[in-house]
Amino acid sequence: MNTVVTSAENVVLQDKEKASRLTRERVRSAWLFIAPMLVVLALVAGWPLARTIWFGFTDANLSNLEGAEFIGFANYQYLLTDPEWWNAVWNTFVFAAISVTIETILGLGIALALDAHFRGRGLLRAAVLIPWAIPTVVSAQMWGWMFHDVFGVINHMLQGLGLISKPIAWTASPDTALIAVIIVDVWKTTPFMALLILAGLQMLPNECYESAKVDGIHPITVFFKITLPLLKPALMVAIIFRILDALRIFDLIYVMSGNNKDTMSMSVYARQQLVDFQDVGYGSAAATLLFLMIAIFTVVYLTLGKIGRED
Amino acid sequence: MSRKTKQIIGRIAFYLLLVVIVFYTVFPFYWAIVSSLKAGSELFKVEFWPSKPAWDNYVAVFREQPFGRNILNSIFVAVSTVVLSLALAVAASYALGRIQFKGRTILLFTVLGVSMFPQIAVLSGMFELVRALGLYNNLLSLTLSYMIFTLPFTVWVLTTFMRELPKELEEAAVVDGAKPFTIVTKVFMPLMGPALATTGLLAFIAAWNEFLFALTFTLSGEMRTVPVAIALISGASSYELPWGNIMAASVIVTVPLIVLVLIFQRRIVSGLTAGAVKG
Repeated sequence: MNTVVTSAENVVLQDKEKASRLTRERVRSAWLFIAPMLVVLALVAGWPLARTIWFGFTDANLSNLEGAEFIGFANYQYLLTDPEWWNAVWNTFVFAAISVTIETILGLGIALALDAHFRGRGLLRAAVLIPWAIPTVVSAQMWGWMFHDVFGVINHMLQGLGLISKPIAWTASPDTALIAVIIVDVWKTTPFMALLILAGLQMLPNECYESAKVDGIHPITVFFKITLPLLKPALMVAIIFRILDALRIFDLIYVMSGNNKDTMSMSVYARQQLVDFQDVGYGSAAATLLFLMIAIFTVVYLTLGKIGRED
Repeated sequence: MSRKTKQIIGRIAFYLLLVVIVFYTVFPFYWAIVSSLKAGSELFKVEFWPSKPAWDNYVAVFREQPFGRNILNSIFVAVSTVVLSLALAVAASYALGRIQFKGRTILLFTVLGVSMFPQIAVLSGMFELVRALGLYNNLLSLTLSYMIFTLPFTVWVLTTFMRELPKELEEAAVVDGAKPFTIVTKVFMPLMGPALATTGLLAFIAAWNEFLFALTFTLSGEMRTVPVAIALISGASSYELPWGNIMAASVIVTVPLIVLVLIFQRRIVSGLTAGAVKG
């Protein structure tokens, strides 16, 4: 009797040993599988970021990166007193705040429309995806042509409707250049917003709506009291994604108005210093500041999100 | 007003709203197509339907710059980016999604963190790296640098997908003594078709559309990708942009994308939302 028990125990022990050996093997192979991805990511993200931060403390020049010498915080000192940099910061924040706000409102509207049941819903969703699929550079050029002061279709339509008396130089005039950029960005990215919000809408429980319907509550009240609060988490994620994207905007602004001061964003400013003026040290300092702003924003958001979730 | 008329008015208003949405999203591209078909001075007349459609602009795009070459460049860069990032991401997502080990969560968040990087923040370091590797003005510099934005979301989306597959799938193979490599290629790969198609397509579009790296790491017209070529099309002076050519080029590179997106629209929507909402 006794011997049988011990041998059974032995088997269990052996099994356990085998299992833990298997686990160890699996963990080892896990690292083996992740390694290539990590190496590439370190090569194209970690290392270049570290170098950029380092360049920010040097007088590196595009034609002579090797001869860069450490100059401490001189670049940052100059950056913080440069009105053009602050102009770029201001432009970026104005752009991000206005475009993301409009995109959220429009996206919410389109998402609600897409969530309703009607014939041709698939068609509408396809139509909404078109701006998203168009390359940013192409959108910038397309709208640049539509905004053309003499031959543009937008001035033509607005004049036809009697809304403006003489053509507006949309992209050239300092008053409207940033507005034009915002209009294009809203057009291009509202679909993304709408689709994210739609996904959130479709995950909402049906029961609340049914009971609200039974109680005869007005649809607008239902929207503000039920839909919006339930949708908040999905909405916040979408907004954060868009803000992070808007803060680093480059393509659209660069293609629509080049290095024009009226629309220059932080990324455009940094690239101009880096490439056009060949001042890698100074441009890297600007790029590092932008990186820091985005990092701080992300960390603050993640912490707030965590606190919110623990409640 | 009776309830019925109220309902009808509501319905009409709703459909009117839908028409406005469709007009808003589709008109700019429609206008690009119409403009691209207007030759010579026709371009400068506002006509919502081209009375004398002509292909002149399309011919001119290919004659006046190496646009055919630019398209091939873009195809090469986008395809190689997709292949490389999927290969790296499938392996990594197997480990991140199926195997319990210390540091997994930190790794996942590091990968997610990289997707927050502004491209400009790595530009000077990347430029140095590209030059050190001898890849300046070489398309491989783009394949390599595009990993910074394709890897994070391919890894993230594929990991989510892997995690949701049932545990039993792999258990049988583990008991049979299959090596992890066999498990990934024989057990998981056949099931991952849809996920790979979605993430691959999103990576393709991202690579096809990228501008900043392509502008900075290529020099000659022959090496440009399509977005850079379109952004840099210029006329005799900066005040005489050849808008007809620009519109033709825009239509050429956008039509395939729109077709792809319309075919895969369901998958794209689920891929986009899986990446964002669950993240």
